[in-house]
Amino acid sequence: MKYEAVIGLEIHVQVKTRTKMFTAAPYEYGAAPNTLTDAVVLGLPGTLPVLNHAAIEKCAKLGLMLGCEIAEVCKWDRKNYFYPDSPKNYQLTQNEQPLCIGGKVEIELPGPSRNVEGEHRWVTLNRIHLEEDPGKLTHEAFETVIDFNRAGVPLAEIVTEPDMSSSTEAVAFLNALRNLIVYAGISDCDMEKGQMRCDANVSLRPVGSEKLGTRTEMKNLNSISNVKAAIEYEIERQTEILEEGGSIVQETRRWDVESGTSFSLRSKEEAHDYRYFPDPDLMPVQMDRARVAELEAELPERPLDKQRRYQQELDLPFTITSVLCVNRELSEFFEEALKTHNAPKQIANYITNDLLRELSAASEHGDSALDVSQSKLTPAHIGTLAKIIDEGVISKQIGKEVFTAMFLTGQMPDAIVEEKGLKQSNDTGEIEALCREAIAGNAKAVGQYKDGNEKALNALKGPVMKATKGKANPAMLDQLLKKLIDEG
Amino acid sequence: MSELYFKTITELSAMLAAGETTSVEITQAVIDRTAAVDGQVKAFLSTDNDDALAQAKASDERRAAGNALGPLDGIPIGIKDTLAVKDQPLRCASKMLENYVSPFDATCIVKLREAGAVIWGRLNMDEFAMGSSTENSAYQTTANPWDLETIPGGSSGGSAAAMAVGEAIATLGTDTGGSIRQPAALCGVVGMKPTYGLISRYGLVAFASSLDQVGPFARTVEDAALLMEAMLGKDDLDSTSIAPQGETNYAEALKEKKGPWKLGVPREFFGEGIDPEVKANIEKAIDWYKSQGSEIVDISLPHSELAVPVYYIVATAEASSNLARFDGVRYSHRSEESKDALTLFTKSRGEGFGDEVKRRIILGTYVLSSGYYDAYYLRAQKVRRLILGDFENAFEQCDAILTPTSPTPAFKRGERSDDPLAMYLSDVYTISVNLAGLPAISVPSGFTESGLPIGLQVIGKAFGEADMFAVAHSFEQAHDYHKQTPAL
Repeated sequence: MKYEAVIGLEIHVQVKTRTKMFTAAPYEYGAAPNTLTDAVVLGLPGTLPVLNHAAIEKCAKLGLMLGCEIAEVCKWDRKNYFYPDSPKNYQLTQNEQPLCIGGKVEIELPGPSRNVEGEHRWVTLNRIHLEEDPGKLTHEAFETVIDFNRAGVPLAEIVTEPDMSSSTEAVAFLNALRNLIVYAGISDCDMEKGQMRCDANVSLRPVGSEKLGTRTEMKNLNSISNVKAAIEYEIERQTEILEEGGSIVQETRRWDVESGTSFSLRSKEEAHDYRYFPDPDLMPVQMDRARVAELEAELPERPLDKQRRYQQELDLPFTITSVLCVNRELSEFFEEALKTHNAPKQIANYITNDLLRELSAASEHGDSALDVSQSKLTPAHIGTLAKIIDEGVISKQIGKEVFTAMFLTGQMPDAIVEEKGLKQSNDTGEIEALCREAIAGNAKAVGQYKDGNEKALNALKGPVMKATKGKANPAMLDQLLKKLIDEG
Repeated sequence: MSELYFKTITELSAMLAAGETTSVEITQAVIDRTAAVDGQVKAFLSTDNDDALAQAKASDERRAAGNALGPLDGIPIGIKDTLAVKDQPLRCASKMLENYVSPFDATCIVKLREAGAVIWGRLNMDEFAMGSSTENSAYQTTANPWDLETIPGGSSGGSAAAMAVGEAIATLGTDTGGSIRQPAALCGVVGMKPTYGLISRYGLVAFASSLDQVGPFARTVEDAALLMEAMLGKDDLDSTSIAPQGETNYAEALKEKKGPWKLGVPREFFGEGIDPEVKANIEKAIDWYKSQGSEIVDISLPHSELAVPVYYIVATAEASSNLARFDGVRYSHRSEESKDALTLFTKSRGEGFGDEVKRRIILGTYVLSSGYYDAYYLRAQKVRRLILGDFENAFEQCDAILTPTSPTPAFKRGERSDDPLAMYLSDVYTISVNLAGLPAISVPSGFTESGLPIGLQVIGKAFGEADMFAVAHSFEQAHDYHKQTPAL
């Protein structure tokens, strides 16, 4: 029998707020352990939670970005379980009435090659709810230590329907989701910093069957490559069991990065009874519809919508849009540069080739490129550069030199051209003389050109460019050489 | 009754204003009285004489500088061990918090300090406010000053006994199912529980969050009114606190509000289980109101017989979750036998909690468990709404409701210790008031033949404290029960 996988994901995303979800204690990543706490975070006797409305607004915005319906009213429940990282031994969450309902995310599957756009499809969401992050346990040789800095940070849990069928789709979903969330400014989604975490539910069923098989839940997937590996491992594991006539045990499993395998954490029978009940300390949240409409109006264009628009309206190729649209800052930089000079292709090329290369080279550690905001270049720099090239002030060749100079100094390109005397030469007299010299000095190339090999002209252009230090107008040079050869 | 420690807040504040006494003198009188009688009464778990005298001195200096703050300035007020006072022990009469000292003040304490009150001592109680006799304290059994062989009621038994015997000018308690009113009745003092939300719960160690309220014990209704005025108000640290509605100058309003009233008497509260002496006493009080021109309305609270079972589902469910934070990890009792996370939890909790607390945690855990939630917790919440509906119907016909506070006078120590159900029935007349979130006050209404105090309960409409106080005040002022003191 042939089996197909059914995959659902639960993604926890730390919502970027200045303070924690139920108290004024601040949060930032990497602070010294247990410095970002207060009486409420530690669950000291007599403390009560008070809602941070910024968390609600950001989560509503996330929901809108992912096409969810925003509930009229959302409520808080207690999820009761004992664990040393949980200060109250219950977690405030939204079980019965979550903030965001439904939703769908457009994903882009990999194309047949890197330069070819793949198929798009939609993954349906079940819900998004808010809850508080617990603290962090670190197991040392003889003891376990707890850092409560993370405790109480607002966490949005995004739950998909069992709507994916391969690790490839899951990866495409996570990438699309991350882009959407980062675009909307909800979270930085840095999985290494725990800002985004993923659990995967996997089941198999015979191809063609509608009925879902028994699922397992995989915990502790803290990178996209782990998600991919864990899903593939689980599909393989379940396939083997089913093919041998066995049946799948409903259980929670833990992915072990070191060994690249998973092991059972607890079976269905051992599953926690969380004894959910409405939290009596917090009031239900009535969502103000006017405010929800405002949040919706503030949403940025979704990355794949932007990509489609660039392709259709600006006629940019996938190879460029796929780079430009992954990063909101980059695409905004691009659109801003168009205001200086409306030449989408040239400007997109400068950004996706030259700018990204320089940003990567300028990174001190070499592991991750600098952000566009960290460079000295503004959109006006690149717009102006494209403009003076199109106006024939400098050649494309000289443009490269100007680009490097402005990236290093932050000087405007026209100022660099002026200062270094890089203006393109349009002096026909001087260039004509040089052209005649070149024609006289390379009969072989002239012959090849006459035989119909246009490229042979390059051998003649070289010495002229060299003599003018690249400032000869290439179009003019081309025209002149042809004219002189034809005449001669 | 010329001793300072038996005077009312009103009397003492007049004496202070006239320069006839000082806060230091009053505080010293209370300290000396405590030293003299607390060996027999055992109302206090701890006292801090130096701290109290320092506050008193500050009050006197304030007054000398012409900056006296109001009627509570310089008045020593004893505090139940479940309310957080900065740098004082906060043990909730439990071994679980034996070494815990609160790093902050409860909001009601902050407000009393702002009114100039002297915060004085830690008063005994049933462990975590669970009980009706103060016998569940892990530290000591408080005696009823009227008969040292009997219990003072509970859970705020220390607060009531200290009041009765002059160890404080007023005290604070908390009332979840009758924990202020029942001990007030049994000790012959005034005890009052406000409308749910009127006083912030921040700094009150939660037992059952949707029922817990802070309230005063006082020698007179007027004193209780003054304390309420100082403590009420919406608090940013408690989402369930509410801005007061209607008349809140309670003490002043007593001069205007003289009746007559329409007073409801629920026939269900005079049936089975009521002590004949108590019944006769309350009927006499009702007759007095009638004689003063008030109309007595026969009302029905048909669901009141369900109040006790509903209470023991709702309160224990919330308690099982609220008390989960006491786990030995951060600040509560940690078992020396713990070997891992699980035994740290189980051993620490096993050693730290007393029997009644364990009984309620187990009951609460059970009613919230999957499969039982609908049958118990959800159904109890529905009945709770019916109980509230009963009161709403009743208040269409009357301004306030008169009932006994407790079905019996103080009982002998140990008499109900082995019979939790009999103990739970001590609160049969007070519990429905908490379930409905209404205000109620117990005012001394006489004595049994053996000299034990009896209390009359006046239940008000939601935010109807002003009328409730006035009804109680008129009875009190026409009798001298509140002026009687035990022979200690």
